[in-house]
Amino acid sequence: MKWLALLAVCATGSLLIYGVSDFPDWGSANSPANGGVEGAGASISEVFIEETETLTKVPNIVTAVLADYRGYDTMFETVVIFAAGMAIFAIIRVMRDTEQTQDKTQLDSSVDGDHQRIIVGTTCRILIPVIQLFALYVVAHGHHSPGGGFQGGVILGASFILIGLAGNLETAMQRFSEKQFVSMACIGIFIYAGFGLLGQFLGGDFLEYGVLQKVLLTDGEPMARSHSMLGVEIGVALTVTAIMFAIYANLASKGELKNGL
Amino acid sequence: MEHFNIVILVLLVITALLALRVKDLLSASMIFGIYSFLICLLWAEMGAVDVAFTEAAVGAGVSAVFLIATVYNTKRRSSD
Repeated sequence: MKWLALLAVCATGSLLIYGVSDFPDWGSANSPANGGVEGAGASISEVFIEETETLTKVPNIVTAVLADYRGYDTMFETVVIFAAGMAIFAIIRVMRDTEQTQDKTQLDSSVDGDHQRIIVGTTCRILIPVIQLFALYVVAHGHHSPGGGFQGGVILGASFILIGLAGNLETAMQRFSEKQFVSMACIGIFIYAGFGLLGQFLGGDFLEYGVLQKVLLTDGEPMARSHSMLGVEIGVALTVTAIMFAIYANLASKGELKNGL
Repeated sequence: MEHFNIVILVLLVITALLALRVKDLLSASMIFGIYSFLICLLWAEMGAVDVAFTEAAVGAGVSAVFLIATVYNTKRRSSD
């Protein structure tokens, strides 16, 4: 059976490598994305590189593509993360109280446990505000520098995970309870979809940010698109933060959300 | 830059094989984190800074923690 699996892996691998040989060279100016197809006008990369600055006033083209030109795609990526979190809830989360877990809490708060926590606890107390500040910077500055909702959300979620790892899960859950992270995950998607629907109510298409200038009170469509991208990124960040912490909390405590690792 | 790429690609293959071969699942998840950081270096070198950032945050940071949390609650030794 093992040899059969190895054979299957080798066959698939060689087929993939054979497929790669058909790709254009890395960074090639003549690839369909960069050079365009003959007789079809400017290529899509050219349009993005030349028009993004004037159309959206966003220097980071990657964010503009992600949140504006392909906003629909990114919205459902966020929904995928949300669905993954909900699936983990459905599979692992248990809703009953067990006797065993309560004994473990008393063991944990013994003198020995407290001694170990001084170094780790102090380090985390200094480190966590810096991590969270950096995460907020990554979210807020996502359309000017590398970063954005996904990365910032993961870093913000990781800071809560660090609280759970350094102390116990209950300390982290006091700051970020189950009720809070589940509703935060929903609010994030609502913000994203809300920006899309708002555009529709104002007479545009779904996720057409240009028409939002009447609501956002900006001068001109480009700034409205830039601000909407920030709003959408904040929605993504909320969902990702909440789901990352929810997944950790469920995995670490076998779904009981009590004293994890 | 060619040499840099080759070194990283060789290290990638080594870490990928090691992560499969190692019996201790905790070390396997740490090696997986190293793999993510190496590939993150590769993205950064190609100029895809956004992808590299995501790889560093998700691949090397959070998913390593998820794997360790899972190993902690299941069994540490791999059976095959």
